[in-house]
Amino acid sequence: MNMHTQPQRTPAETALIDAFGERLSLLPGDGAVMLKRDDAIEAIKHGLPTRRIESWHYTDLRRLLNAVPDFDPAAAVKAIAPIVEGSAVLAVLNGVSNTKVPAVEGVTVQRLTEKLIDGSIAPGLDPYGSDDAIGALNTAFVADGYFVDIADGAELDKPIELQNLQAGGQTHVRLPVRVGAGAKAIIVERQTGDGAALVSSVSQLVLGEGAEVTWLIVQEQPETATHLAQFKAHIGKNAKLTLFVMNAGGKLVRQEIMVKTTGEGADFKLRGINLLAGDTHSDVTMVLDHTVPHTTSTEVIRNVVTGKARGVFQGRINVHQYAQKTNAKMACNTLLLSDDGEFSTKPELEIFADDVVCGHGATVTEIDHDHLFYLMARGIDEKSARGLLVKAFVAEVIEELDDETIVEALEARLDDWFVAHG
Amino acid sequence: MLEIKNLHARIVDDGTEIIRGLNLTVKAGEVAAIMGPNGSGKSTLSYILAGREDYEVTEGDILYNGQSILGMDPAERATSGIFLAFQYPMEIPGVATMEFLKVAMNEQRKARGEEPLKIPEFLKRVKEAAASLSMDMAMLKRPLNVGFSGGEKKRAEILQMKLLEPKLCVLDETDSGLDIDALKIVSDGVNALRAPDRAFLVITHYQRLLEHIVPDTVHVLYKGQVIKSGDKSLALDLEANGYAGVIGEAA
Repeated sequence: MNMHTQPQRTPAETALIDAFGERLSLLPGDGAVMLKRDDAIEAIKHGLPTRRIESWHYTDLRRLLNAVPDFDPAAAVKAIAPIVEGSAVLAVLNGVSNTKVPAVEGVTVQRLTEKLIDGSIAPGLDPYGSDDAIGALNTAFVADGYFVDIADGAELDKPIELQNLQAGGQTHVRLPVRVGAGAKAIIVERQTGDGAALVSSVSQLVLGEGAEVTWLIVQEQPETATHLAQFKAHIGKNAKLTLFVMNAGGKLVRQEIMVKTTGEGADFKLRGINLLAGDTHSDVTMVLDHTVPHTTSTEVIRNVVTGKARGVFQGRINVHQYAQKTNAKMACNTLLLSDDGEFSTKPELEIFADDVVCGHGATVTEIDHDHLFYLMARGIDEKSARGLLVKAFVAEVIEELDDETIVEALEARLDDWFVAHG
Repeated sequence: MLEIKNLHARIVDDGTEIIRGLNLTVKAGEVAAIMGPNGSGKSTLSYILAGREDYEVTEGDILYNGQSILGMDPAERATSGIFLAFQYPMEIPGVATMEFLKVAMNEQRKARGEEPLKIPEFLKRVKEAAASLSMDMAMLKRPLNVGFSGGEKKRAEILQMKLLEPKLCVLDETDSGLDIDALKIVSDGVNALRAPDRAFLVITHYQRLLEHIVPDTVHVLYKGQVIKSGDKSLALDLEANGYAGVIGEAA
């Protein structure tokens, strides 16, 4: 949090502090949880982060968060069809989990409210360092979500889809998932809704030895919503995590990704596409810690910027002193399609080990005129040809996922975006 | 079919004039070869016909079936039946070749007022065309031209030409980068398309291609003008004696 004393609270800061006072009696949690909430709201009282805080330099939350809606417990919303047919859907509707959940062999699901009431989730509520505004906001207000436990050795043949569906107002959700040793799963995190909501959502993933998980975040908030999200993961020995992030909506979006490789042989892949349109601001900020020797990571982010959209990617890779033989590569490529759009990229490598291979690259380009000419010379009109090329730019990242049902599902989401914004 | 009248054109970026008063007429059913030394404007001519924006026509006109095409963009020219087989086809990562072929074929059909192709019919046509050019269908599962060898790219160009059924085919050094076997396959592909209502403009450095695709007329391009026209014997003469004699005559 910003430790400078703010001269005056913004309306958003005041609204959050007032809302906490009003909601306090309704928030679930034992003593330990309630103490964490108190600490969290204290942090917010010090002020939302501004551009003077390095990790928030490109997303001045204090300035950008200019309205905080009231809670709207009466708002109705229904679960939606999963992106992959046959998925086990766990929906959080307007911030509230379902009492009935689908039974999947090898998977135990608990409502997060219960874990807050019994206090077993309390240790996980600590914010991530002093600048963790999203963590603090979520800890202060989180009321529900799901805790998912995938048993050792379980191999799920269908994805689990976690839906966080807002209906306006505020929703604060937490989705902790533990994946046991040797287990395999595809997990889809859907973030959408139809209101001018303030959403905070924190996903926490722990991968046991040799576990393999593909986690897809599909964020399609309306252009009126503020979406503040975190994805935190620990990747154990010989475990593999592929995280795919698709940001295709929202007025103000910050998706934070904090990943630690905690066991030798751990592998992390981040693939992201940011489809930015309208007068919006979207920020993907990653902090990756290689904490042990012999771990690998690659990060590829592709951005399409149209309209007056502003985008940010911050990618920080910390290679700890003990983490020899780390291999880490990061790339961020942006297709800038309008004069009023902008994209800021900040790659950072902090390396304390001396025997590592690390690299990063960033490009900003326009549509390749030679490619455009080639397609048009085959009779494809300019608009369609541009569409094909833009789609190709991001589809490359999707096709890498190597699972046909997932690729098809994501391309369908992509097509939807192009229909709406093409 | 094609009438180029006193054409002058320059590079938009730096104003260099490349085409300087070019006249050329190609009739329906004709195969016209354009030959000429490096830098004479051969490739530029092909790009101008296809409508590339890097070149600007400053004088003269290009008539296709009696209509000027100068106001048409590349897509409009293509759907009106003009096809350029590129000397260096672009690799376009992320664009699936089959998807591209389907979109391109359906744009042609739309321009002719026809319904889009049904998928089985589309696949059948692509398979037949690929087989006739000894192309492996697996190649077409890749992104457009990505990882294709030089020869494979040229075959893919002819495949597109077959599928799009244009009326005016401009082949820009289609022989470059081809070995003898591939040259034969590509030439056979072109010859199979020869028809009374279709014309070809074959741009090449070498007589070699013209042994396979026998031209009706041969035109020598030099400094942006056609300086000599003749029949196929002109190409043999150039092969034997080089361009110097013809250039000397014209000067």
